[in-house]
Amino acid sequence: MPRISTLNPQLVTELTAILDPKRVLTEREHLLTYGFDGTAALQGEVGVVVFPQTTEEVAKIVRYAAQEKIPIVSRGSGTGLSGGSIPQPNAIVLCLVKMDRILELDEKNLTILAEAGAITQKITEKADTVGLLYPPDPGSMKISTIGGNVAENSGGLRGLKYGITRDYVMGMEVVLASGEVVWLGNKCVKDVAGYSMKDVFIGSEGTLGIITKVLLKLVPRPAAKKTMLAMYATMDAAADTVSAIIAAKIIPCTLEFLDRITIKCVEDFAKIGLPLDAEAILFMETDGHPAVIEEQGKQMEEIARRCGATAVQIAANADEANKLATARRSAFSALARVSPTTILEDATVPRSELTKMIRFIQGVATRHNLRIGTFGHMGDGNLHPTFLTDERNHEEMERVEVAMKEIFDYAIELGGTITGEHGVGLAKKKFLPDAIGNASLTLLRQLKRTLDPDGILNPGKIFD
Amino acid sequence: MAFSTRERSLTDIPSTALKGESKPHHLANLDFAVLQQCIHCGMCLPTCPTYDTTKLERNSPRGRIALMRNIAEGHLDVTRAFGEELYFCLGCLACETACPAGVNYARMFEEARADIEDAGVLRYAKRDFVRAVMLRFIFAHPLALKALGRLLRLYQVSGLEWLVRKLRLTALLPADLRELEPLTPRIQPDFSDQLIGPVESPAKPGYRVGMLTGCVQDLVYPHVNRDTVDVLLANGCEVVTPAAQHCCGSLHAHNGELTLAREMARKSIDDMERAAGSLEHLDAIITNAAGCGSHLKHYDDLLEHDPQYARRARLWSHKLKDIHQWLAEIGITPPQTTGGSQPSTINYQLPVTYHEACHLCHGQKITQQPRTVLKSIPGLKLVELPESTWCCGSAGVYNITQPEMSHRLLERKLDNIAKTGAKVVASANPGCSVQLEAGARERGEALEIVHPITLLARAYRKGGEHS
Ligand SMILES: Cc1cc2nc3c(=O)[nH]c(=O)nc-3n(C[C@H](O)[C@H](O)[C@H](O)COP(=O)(O)OP(=O)(O)OC[C@H]3O[C@@H](n4cnc5c(N)ncnc54)[C@H](O)[C@@H]3O)c2cc1C
Ligand code: SF4
Ligand code: SF4
Repeated sequence: MPRISTLNPQLVTELTAILDPKRVLTEREHLLTYGFDGTAALQGEVGVVVFPQTTEEVAKIVRYAAQEKIPIVSRGSGTGLSGGSIPQPNAIVLCLVKMDRILELDEKNLTILAEAGAITQKITEKADTVGLLYPPDPGSMKISTIGGNVAENSGGLRGLKYGITRDYVMGMEVVLASGEVVWLGNKCVKDVAGYSMKDVFIGSEGTLGIITKVLLKLVPRPAAKKTMLAMYATMDAAADTVSAIIAAKIIPCTLEFLDRITIKCVEDFAKIGLPLDAEAILFMETDGHPAVIEEQGKQMEEIARRCGATAVQIAANADEANKLATARRSAFSALARVSPTTILEDATVPRSELTKMIRFIQGVATRHNLRIGTFGHMGDGNLHPTFLTDERNHEEMERVEVAMKEIFDYAIELGGTITGEHGVGLAKKKFLPDAIGNASLTLLRQLKRTLDPDGILNPGKIFD
Repeated sequence: MAFSTRERSLTDIPSTALKGESKPHHLANLDFAVLQQCIHCGMCLPTCPTYDTTKLERNSPRGRIALMRNIAEGHLDVTRAFGEELYFCLGCLACETACPAGVNYARMFEEARADIEDAGVLRYAKRDFVRAVMLRFIFAHPLALKALGRLLRLYQVSGLEWLVRKLRLTALLPADLRELEPLTPRIQPDFSDQLIGPVESPAKPGYRVGMLTGCVQDLVYPHVNRDTVDVLLANGCEVVTPAAQHCCGSLHAHNGELTLAREMARKSIDDMERAAGSLEHLDAIITNAAGCGSHLKHYDDLLEHDPQYARRARLWSHKLKDIHQWLAEIGITPPQTTGGSQPSTINYQLPVTYHEACHLCHGQKITQQPRTVLKSIPGLKLVELPESTWCCGSAGVYNITQPEMSHRLLERKLDNIAKTGAKVVASANPGCSVQLEAGARERGEALEIVHPITLLARAYRKGGEHS
């Protein structure tokens, strides 16, 4: 049950002295809507929510919190899938969505500078106006904030060729736990002056500092792209296709996978004519010079057929291709159509181990009598096995727990990880020690203590 | 507004029975599956006009659902703040279109508003009076609505309106009513029953359909009803139009009066049966008002537990078609052209743009069919409207209850229309048309707001003249 912590009136007085009182929320009807993010079955206590509009305001709040040792939970749009922005009791929820300006588009240096609360898609659209591309495109891009993307080091559909958020962060402005403001990085392509501190904050899930501005690298928009959909009668054949394409030294920008349950759910929502009788589909995209992609497209189609694709369809135009990508982005939410509770996992393995991992997940589902829909960024070895369950059924939830653990253990055994892109947050905290080992964990703790000695920034996330 | 079959429905408790007690039984009785469907992924946030404006979770679909869930589970009482929140929501259902998880927002929204009315948290004398007059009297009795229409018409044509405005007598009205005054639509001299015969038949009838004339449509745009009948005739449909029609009850359902809404639904079914003999004798029941259509299609859910009406309501919902949807289904008879190499009979010098009424595109998922209708008109150039599915702020009585937000949305819509360069805006909902006309008047812009079916009817008439 959601609870509201008893408010310290002094705290509210202080905050309303720093911010316009309209940007300090204390009403119960407001607070109840900030107790969760996109993660299933996690809920927290909310004391107060603040909306700073400038870095200076953020710094003032942090200085006050540091002095009083009050925890601060940063929040973007709350689409996180590991509970990263779920509040702690008596914390200040610091929401950055009102710091959403795009400050500068530098065509000479191919960079874009934005406030942390800017929506990912707005950045993509802005870059597009001058023929540039910001490649990271998480499924949530139409609402996720760029600050949230950096804090989670989010991936996307184009990760295979273009990499992930980290590969595009050139610099950032961060408010440290003391309230000090620092700039890390710059517009230089090369810079080895000191440690690359910005990298420490990428993927730090709000535990080391509050990101207020982000400087991002852009690339020229590829001249053309080719989008294909391959259908399969077995999941193995789809996985084989991915391995074969990579072995043929082709790097498409997208190799996304959907299994039968996911196909059905996505089709129910998007109504774009996906094949409901296929066991699996691969959504493949290659971009670049028209002549090159023509050639690559042909090769990919051939490989898909050789690996057992029952059919390969090519998108007729950009509109069709966009519809496919949008449909793919809806996969996770669409899976919620099946059952009351939808628990999404993020296991990732080296690409060469994909077929094994997929088979293992199928086995787990049968063994524990569970429904699992699987989709994911297959080209990155990043799978999202999704448990379709009911949190009121405690017996089934116990089986889900066991199954999840087995999947994580096996991913680690294959040289993989428990989370490829959603972060540890609260949801995967207990699996972290096994995944990275004690020595690494100690290092993480030391870093946290150095940057946030009083532990006020998003305490209890990633590790205790 | 797809009501899924999984849910349990409401029990028929009169909304007055529990007044004063704040037991929110409407939300509490909703099936777990409906309330639990939202996985708080946030994918609906950018499409919600109120969230887009304030960036506050509470003003978002996800936030509102969270509050409703808290109420259903007994963690939150039906408070005044909750009441205000659910009346700040436009009910535009853009969130339903955006939601991949298939959340049935419309259902929760109506139940929540019913709980709010039962709890009486928004009660104060003027609101009670206006609601009682509007929902329980005027929109519940067809004759009262017509009488009001006649009075308004008298006010408008007698010169009284001119005098009142000229003498600035409107300054004497309370501020909120004064702001509304320019929104009052022009009432037409004849209502639908004077323009449409009880049964009209084409030369070779292929179908037999029932025609719903609506309330606002009937008062303000009765010619749209005439045009609809003409279009149906031109497409081989015999048209049965009950003379005295009741309000469909959508206004009641959206404003927390579910009991009255059921009453209206039963009466509407009776009206149609009386005129047509039986619903079985009709191939379709036609509506041309998006807001009504989106509600009319759910009589099956609304009357699910009414032993006398459940079966008829299912038949009703099954046969209920928006006019564009029906035309697309039977295949539009193209308007005649003058022949030869000159394909156009009507020469639209200016392009036409299409504004999508929320309750057509979100409520009924009808997006392509109106465009098909428009494109069937020879010589018509359709320019796409940016953000065509973004609410215009009319939203039932929203422009009356939330003038500020409504106006903001209207401005955004008019700006987008201006970008297209079109001077003719096709819109298939009388509420939107009233709102857009008022906005254009205020800006001094010469925009013609016209129902797509009127444009089609004109094309048939033009074609008829030439051939
Ligand atoms: C439908 C759906 C699809 C998704 N698809 C993908 C996908 O394809 N790839 C992927 O990687 N993820 C995906 N996600 C997960 C999620 O959207 C991303 O993690 C996203 O980056 C979170 O952004 P946000 O603004 O919502 O952040 P929040 O959820 O608000 O916060 C996430 C974390 O970042 C911290 N944080 C937020 N802003 C700041 C800041 N300015 N400074 C410091 N810390 C901050 C928070 O404390 C929290 O720990 C998806 C989620 C959903 C619901
Ligand atoms: S209503 Fe739908 S889109 Fe919105 S948060 Fe809930 S599940 Fe996601
Ligand atoms: S109905 Fe419209 S205003 Fe209300 S929550 Fe949905 S999108 Fe927002």
